[in-house]
Amino acid sequence: MDLSPIWLTLKLAGITTLLLLLIGLPFAWWLSRGRSFFKIIVEAIITMPLVLPPSVLGFYLLLAFSPQHGVGKWLLDTFNVQFVFSFQGLVLASVVYSMPFMVGPVKSALQQLPAALSEASYTLGKTEWQTFKSVLLPNIKPSLLTAIVLTFAHTLGEFGVVLMIGGNIPGITRVASIAVYDSVEKMDYVAANNYSLILFSITFVLVIAVFVFNKYQAKSPLG
Amino acid sequence: MISIAIEKKLKAYHGQQVLQVNRQFASGSLTKIYGPSGTGKTTFLKTIAGLITPEAGTIVANGITWFDSDARINLPAQKRNTGFVFQQYALFPNMTVKQHLQYATTDELWIKQLLLLGKLDTFALHKPEYLSGGQQQRLAILRALATKPKLLLMDEPFSALDLKMKTELIAELKAVLKELGATTFIVSHNPQELEGLTDEEMVFGF
Repeated sequence: MDLSPIWLTLKLAGITTLLLLLIGLPFAWWLSRGRSFFKIIVEAIITMPLVLPPSVLGFYLLLAFSPQHGVGKWLLDTFNVQFVFSFQGLVLASVVYSMPFMVGPVKSALQQLPAALSEASYTLGKTEWQTFKSVLLPNIKPSLLTAIVLTFAHTLGEFGVVLMIGGNIPGITRVASIAVYDSVEKMDYVAANNYSLILFSITFVLVIAVFVFNKYQAKSPLG
Repeated sequence: MISIAIEKKLKAYHGQQVLQVNRQFASGSLTKIYGPSGTGKTTFLKTIAGLITPEAGTIVANGITWFDSDARINLPAQKRNTGFVFQQYALFPNMTVKQHLQYATTDELWIKQLLLLGKLDTFALHKPEYLSGGQQQRLAILRALATKPKLLLMDEPFSALDLKMKTELIAELKAVLKELGATTFIVSHNPQELEGLTDEEMVFGF
C-alpha cells in the first residue's frame, strides 16, 4: 500500500493548522472586538467556505492563481511560485477553506470572556498583545484546542477544493481523500478501504481527545 | 491634584441620562462615592482610568492632561498608572495569587508585603477558583496596589468581606495608601463602612 497520500495529508493538515494559528488568532481577536460593517463583511468572507461548495471555491482559486494570467502569472514571473497543481497551492486552498474552523470557535470564546479581564490588564500597564498572550489566550484553552483539532481534521477530509487546485499528482497533490476516490475509480476497494480506515481512525481519535480534554476544562474558571 | 470636568452619556432604563462631574481632588485624598444603582459610579471610575471615553471634558492628574476632548488628547489606560478594583474582581482564572501580582510588578519584596497585607501569603499558589469570595476580593485589591498607583479606583472593594476582615483591611489599607501617596476613589453602597477612612464624598443621583 502506498502511504504517501497519508503522509502528504498529515503534512498538509499540520502546515495548514500552524499557518491558521498565526493568521486566524489575530483575525479572531480583531473580530471579537466590537462590530462594524467592515468587520461583518470580513467575517462573511471568512465564513463563506462553510457554506460554499468546495468545488466552487477551488474553481475560483484555480482561476485566481492560474499561471496564464493575473496574480498567478505575476507570482510565477516575479517569484517563480506556482500555486496551481502544486503542494503550496494545496496549502493556500486549505488555509482559505479551513479558516472558519479556526476563527469561529476562538472568536466566540474571546467574546464570552468578561471585558473586565482585558480592562484589568490594561490598567496594569499591559499592551493589547501582552493581554492577549497572557490573559485572553490561556483562558480560552478548550476553545483553542477545539479550533486546532477541527482545523486539522477538516483539512484531512478536504476533497473538492484540493482536487480543483491541485489535481491528482502522486507525491505532490494526491492527498488521502483523492487517493480514496482514485482507488474507487480503479475499483481497488481494498486500497480505498485502507485509506478510508486510516482517515476515519485519525479523525475519530482527534475528536475523542477534544471531548475528553474539554470535559475536564468545561468547569467555570471561577466556580 | 486631580481635576475632573467631564460629561458622559449614560444608558438608563428610563431614557438617556448625562453624568456630569466638575470637581478637583487633592493629592493623596480619599473620596467615597455613593448613590443609587445606575447613576454612573462605575462609569465615572472607568472614565478616569481611561477604559471609557467621555463625550466632552478634561481630566488632568498631577499636571498631566489625561483627557481633553477639545485638544483630542486621550491617554490610554496603560499610560495612566491607575489601580482599579473591579466590582466583579476581574481576576485572571489562569493565574495563581502570586502570578497575579507578578504580572503587575517585578518587585518581589512588594509582592511579599502585599500578600501579607491581604493575608493571602498561604494562598500564593492558589488559583482564583480555589479562593473564597472574600479572598478573591482581597486579591483584586492587592493586584490594584501592585503597580504602586498614584490613583486608586475601587468599585465596591469590601462588599464580600466579613466585618472583622473589613475593619482590619481598611486600617492597613489606609497606611499603605498614605505611604504610596495615592489619591483614592471608593464606590460603595454602604457609606457607613468607610466611616473615618475618607476625606471627601461624592453623592451620585439624578
